[in-house]
Amino acid sequence: MEQNEPERLSPAQLAAMRRSLTSGRAALTRRSLLRASAGGALVAGGLGALTGCGIPAAGKTQGGVSAEDHSAKEKTVNFSNWTEYIDIDDSGKRHPTLEAFTKRTGITVKYTEDINDNNEFFAKIKPQLAAGQDTGRDIIVLTDWLAGRLIRLGWAQKLDPSNLPHAFANLSDQFRSPDWDPGRAYSYPWQGISTVIAYNKKALDGAEVKSVSDMLDNPKLKGRVGFLTEMRDTIGMTLLDMGKDPAKFTDDDYDAAIARLQKAVDSQQIRRFTGNDYTSDLTKGDFAACIAWAGDVVQLKADSPDVDFMIPDSGYLTSSDNMLIPNKARHKTNAERLMDYYYEPGPAAELAAYINYVTPVEATKVRPYLAKIDQSAADNPLIIPDQSMAAKSRAFRSLSQKEETAYEAKFAKLTGA
Amino acid sequence: MSTLTEAPPPLAPPAPEQKPPRGRGRLVPYWLLLPGILWLLVFFLMPMVYQASTSVQTGSLEEGYKVTWHFATYWDALAEYWPQFLRSVLYAGTATVLCLLLGYPLAYLIAFRAGRWRNVVLILVIAPFFTSFLIRTLAWKTILSDGGPVVGALNTLHVLDVTNWLGITAGDRVLATPLAVVCGLTYNFLPFMILPLYTSLERIDPRLHEAAGDLYARPSTTFRKVTFPLSMPGVVSGTLLTFIPASGDYVNAELLGSTDTRMVGNVIQTQFLRVLDYPTAAALSFILMAAILIMVTLYIRRSGTEDLV
Repeated sequence: MEQNEPERLSPAQLAAMRRSLTSGRAALTRRSLLRASAGGALVAGGLGALTGCGIPAAGKTQGGVSAEDHSAKEKTVNFSNWTEYIDIDDSGKRHPTLEAFTKRTGITVKYTEDINDNNEFFAKIKPQLAAGQDTGRDIIVLTDWLAGRLIRLGWAQKLDPSNLPHAFANLSDQFRSPDWDPGRAYSYPWQGISTVIAYNKKALDGAEVKSVSDMLDNPKLKGRVGFLTEMRDTIGMTLLDMGKDPAKFTDDDYDAAIARLQKAVDSQQIRRFTGNDYTSDLTKGDFAACIAWAGDVVQLKADSPDVDFMIPDSGYLTSSDNMLIPNKARHKTNAERLMDYYYEPGPAAELAAYINYVTPVEATKVRPYLAKIDQSAADNPLIIPDQSMAAKSRAFRSLSQKEETAYEAKFAKLTGA
Repeated sequence: MSTLTEAPPPLAPPAPEQKPPRGRGRLVPYWLLLPGILWLLVFFLMPMVYQASTSVQTGSLEEGYKVTWHFATYWDALAEYWPQFLRSVLYAGTATVLCLLLGYPLAYLIAFRAGRWRNVVLILVIAPFFTSFLIRTLAWKTILSDGGPVVGALNTLHVLDVTNWLGITAGDRVLATPLAVVCGLTYNFLPFMILPLYTSLERIDPRLHEAAGDLYARPSTTFRKVTFPLSMPGVVSGTLLTFIPASGDYVNAELLGSTDTRMVGNVIQTQFLRVLDYPTAAALSFILMAAILIMVTLYIRRSGTEDLV
């Protein structure tokens, strides 16, 4: 099957093509492949083209941040949320709270579950927002730090308080004024998140886990401890354990926390750092203990009785996922009305009863409604935090862009780059 | 690379003298090339140029990025992440060898011995592709979980003692060790090895085997002198189709590995998505591409085969 192809056919692709047209089999020979790729590399090496590709500074978007508001004409709102983060009926297709909203206001909600990971979602919407274009979404739900980054970059629209009376009145004090969005000018929480320690009773095999120190130091747990790839959750819980406040720590504190974790990585105490997939490690017992999100654990407990969680004496980390309106969204008013709707105690209770995360609506207002649906949920401190829970809750302070880059780089090194 | 998968036209006897067609007919090949060229231009070349540019930029998200011809990024990236590069080559190379060892007998069986079961077995080889890559990899977490039967059996048979001694596992577990990552890579890329092997084995004329037997060659000699050399195109394209994607893979290391099994794909992902160091991520991608290109070139040179299918 060897082919001696004359060298005169200079453009490599043409040569390969002609061979394939004339003699079938030898459609792709190594020589033509090599020549073609070398040619491609040369073209790519047209360095002049490279200079034209700079990325403009964020925030300097052309033509302002808001688009014309089409809310009155187009009775619709595009809502992008995380997967399994809303109530759903038995058929698995309809969302009762959203349908009730549509019935009352006539606004159709296009609900899309297209957020799986803050970092990935940021990479997805960044090009459009940086170019000052509509992302096709009116509400997006982002965790504190990313919401803060969008606000910092000038990619989120300022909310109109007159459209948000319930939200303003009913927002729980705990969430009222984060340092990255004082007074909630740009965002309102969708749900609150508690970061706690989860464990698998069977896998613990008698060992006790009462703190992050136990996870890092108990030799019985060697190779069966998990931490999260979310830098703030892992570092925040470690800082708390070291007696530092994640709301006001210094560079040195951060480095100390990294060093503490690095020691456990080196001694193979920590099995691995995970994203959402920690749930399977935990239920199978490959993790005896790990840092986890309480909402997940409440749901996991239902299926695997061995799984439970605990809150260390040193405290736990609270954050929230926040609704924002990205620049150039077409239906700003509709989006604000939908945000406000979820701050009415009725819909808020329905949502909380279904998804088991911390409700952002003030306890006294939402509890009677939640009790009517599910008494045990109303008494669950993970859904409506009580006094002692609230006292142990800490938030991770917002970071400047420079800090964020430096911290993430150090954290990346810890997790193996 | 779409040419690889397209069914080639029937083999025509090679004409002794090819005259290029004249007139309008001359342009036909170019027209036929146009969609492919456009595709490559938009979806391969443009992103490449864009990434090449990113790799020599400096700046930050807030201040924007400018091309400053900062080539030091390449050097810094290599100096910082050479262990991950080495690991990628090592893991992908091991997985490729394992794929070849597992895949060759199977492809041989399908090509020469499967008879009327041939299509069924071929479909079985491809069947895992009907589910998502991610699901298949997650399934390995269940199979290899610490309390599972596989790890239990390996423990009882003291296989884990051997692998611990070799340093490819740690403690009484397989998950979150190099062994798990290499197993995952081998499993996920095995069909890419089997299919090209099968195509080139299937093309071998069985009469050559008979002829070898008539000339008093033992079956092992027949294999060494006839079958294997004729299947070289399949071996080469199979190893390439396995090694190239495996060395850039990050899913297996992410799900089945630990901090000390991170491959260069993981580093690129982390730098791009988490640290937001786009220049380093782009530079790493180019170094990986260059490394693969060089290794593949040397390999094809040495393997001494012209055809890739």
